Amino acid sequence: MRTIINKIIEKFNRNEARLMDILLDVQAEFGLISGDAVTLIAEGLNISSVDVQQTISFYHFFSQKSRGKYTIYLNDSAVAYMMGRADIARTFEEECKCKFGSVTEDGQIGLFNTACIGMNDQEPAAIINGIVFPKLTESCVKDIVNGMKEGKSVPEMMGELGDGENSNKLLNSMVNNNIMKTGSVLFSDYKNGTAINKLVTMTPKEVIGEVKASHIRGLGGAGFPTGMKWDFCSMAEGDERFVLCNADEGEPGTFKDRVILTELPNLIFEGMTIAAYAIGAKEGILYLRQEYHYMKAYLESVLDKLREENYLGKDIAGKIGFNFDIRIQFGAGAYVCGEESALIESCEGKRGEPRNRPPFPVQKGYLQKPTVINNVETLCSVVKIIENGGEWFSMMGTKETAGTKLLSISGDCKYPGVYEVEWGIRIRDMLEMVGGEEAYAVQVSGPSGICISKKDFKRTICFEDLPSGGSIIIIGKERNLIKDIVCNFMDFFIDESCGSCVPCRSLPLILKNKLQKLLDGNGVMSDLTDLENWSKNMKAANRCGLGQTAANPILSTLKNFREDYEALIKNKEKDFDTGFNLDAAVAASCEAVGRNPQI
Amino acid sequence: MSKPVVATTSLSGCFGCHMSLLDIDERILDLIDVVEFNKSPIDDIKEFTKQCDIGIIEGGCCNSENVHVLKDFRKNCKILISLGECAIMGGLPALRNGIPIKECLDEAYLNGPTAQIGNEEQILPNDEELPMILDKVYPCHEVVKIDYYLPGCPPRADLIWDALVALVTGNELKLPYEVVKFD
Repeated sequence: MRTIINKIIEKFNRNEARLMDILLDVQAEFGLISGDAVTLIAEGLNISSVDVQQTISFYHFFSQKSRGKYTIYLNDSAVAYMMGRADIARTFEEECKCKFGSVTEDGQIGLFNTACIGMNDQEPAAIINGIVFPKLTESCVKDIVNGMKEGKSVPEMMGELGDGENSNKLLNSMVNNNIMKTGSVLFSDYKNGTAINKLVTMTPKEVIGEVKASHIRGLGGAGFPTGMKWDFCSMAEGDERFVLCNADEGEPGTFKDRVILTELPNLIFEGMTIAAYAIGAKEGILYLRQEYHYMKAYLESVLDKLREENYLGKDIAGKIGFNFDIRIQFGAGAYVCGEESALIESCEGKRGEPRNRPPFPVQKGYLQKPTVINNVETLCSVVKIIENGGEWFSMMGTKETAGTKLLSISGDCKYPGVYEVEWGIRIRDMLEMVGGEEAYAVQVSGPSGICISKKDFKRTICFEDLPSGGSIIIIGKERNLIKDIVCNFMDFFIDESCGSCVPCRSLPLILKNKLQKLLDGNGVMSDLTDLENWSKNMKAANRCGLGQTAANPILSTLKNFREDYEALIKNKEKDFDTGFNLDAAVAASCEAVGRNPQI
Repeated sequence: MSKPVVATTSLSGCFGCHMSLLDIDERILDLIDVVEFNKSPIDDIKEFTKQCDIGIIEGGCCNSENVHVLKDFRKNCKILISLGECAIMGGLPALRNGIPIKECLDEAYLNGPTAQIGNEEQILPNDEELPMILDKVYPCHEVVKIDYYLPGCPPRADLIWDALVALVTGNELKLPYEVVKFD
């Protein structure tokens, strides 16, 4: 073990900032990161064991215990449940004879839950030893488990490959793109390299000017003007600068970046190159979520090709002194790493805890140097802006939100998938487009966004009305909004809190317990005011976007679906009911000591 | 007008909150001028002899007796106050809440270092005279309705004094920052 771990550490030049990569390699090599491995890594990097341990404990996909020869991560997002996840989970448990969260007695198969893996349009889905198995049925679960019992390799159990590049031999994936509508920006015809060839004829100032003229705003969700971000970064003091691309895509219900990464990876890397040119960066990092690890070889090959074609590397496109290259940094399963400062921490090999701001990443980002972080989609759009001009882009969309948006639409609709639409599309029109006219509610922008009812279906998707990072979940009449959706979202936030801010660490759990109290029939009207008042504190009392929005599932449904909550309270006059039951509370201890409960 | 009647009890607590109540020092003489004590460890009245105005609860509920006493207080007091960390959140006793009760009992009576000597017969106490242990420690407001909370471990004597004075006089309790900050 010592030799192997030393080799891994050497591979990353004994650089502690590459701890994530080292841990990922060790986890992949041994199936766990044992206590001995921790010691060896700490020695090799000359850091303390707890530094190693705290990074390990932060990420879902690192483990200090074996998770089996075959490790099954079954998505537990709300949409997965809509699509029959409960039956699939039960079948896995029955076939494996072990519960989720544990490994079979022989140590062969591990069953684990995981948050949204970016496959909402093809649920239920699982990741098995890194390979995505979408659209699981009970019979294919049986086949998979039987295959494991026979000792087959995971690739041997794969079914039909997906559409488009998914069947490229480097991707070799069963995932489908489900591109339902292409628009005039991302999916327009494009010859690779066009924007870079044009780029090198411009000055960095002109590039930023063009991006500013396009009025493009960050498409990851926050909507910060991209041109301004680049401008700030180019002006910040620093001897080195970095371009980071955020491909963490952790918001449940988002899967648009997965499709871009599959079909348009060139655009991402060209976009990063453009940003690098504009701000003067030499190094770029694509931060890719672990769930998309199956793309590694494919994306590396795209990077190699770009290097061959001189679109990456030294003197790019013949421009003397324009040097830039990109590496891929994998995450290890943490929603909060989609927050830009947490993403930077993760890139530096640490726990993905958001930083205090200011300073902002454009001032002090990766390795404390000025850094631009943009979402996948933003960078791809920039390529088209350089190709066609900022004005062309600014003509599309609405007054405040220029351009197009890739929506990942899933849930109770006929045609889930990815749609490129102009900003400003009305919810009602969108529902018609996807065959979801019967919707009871629409969750715009994932759990951290808002849940709207019919009366708001006339509203439009854009920053001046309903902002969206791309996740749209359609919720049909047959769903129990509070139980199936809100509780699921709260469980998600409980799991994903980094734990740094106390309100985010504890309130989601307390709020969830309140919801359970209501669902158990023990609700009183003051519970609703409590839910509302306590939820409001989250916005002010937490430092990052995750914590600030973690009570949004409750706040927005309380606002738009109050009748659903009130229906759970049978007696509106009652002012106190916790459902405390003395019989139930003493049952376990009486059994333990062998006496009859006497109340 | 007759004097307001106060009752107090310590459930699953350490009596520290009651000690803090005694820390109002000589003001206790002023206190008994304005209030009358009923069931309370302070005057050793064991059962309620009349309806009370204010019930002060120290400690959370860890066993069936705590629950009965607490419910009795709710029945006999107009206003109930959770006094201190244990009553409000379960406090130190609630450290066991993450551990199944069977494991707690085994550790305390069978496996723990203090259980090795003296319990050779490996008995888990099950006499019917004993209260039954709850599956976890409950804060008081999860069992009965609580009207006011006085935080602290223990709450400072002045806070208890001020709260009682406010309740008795009907004036609003002033809570300056120094009184409610705990870090």
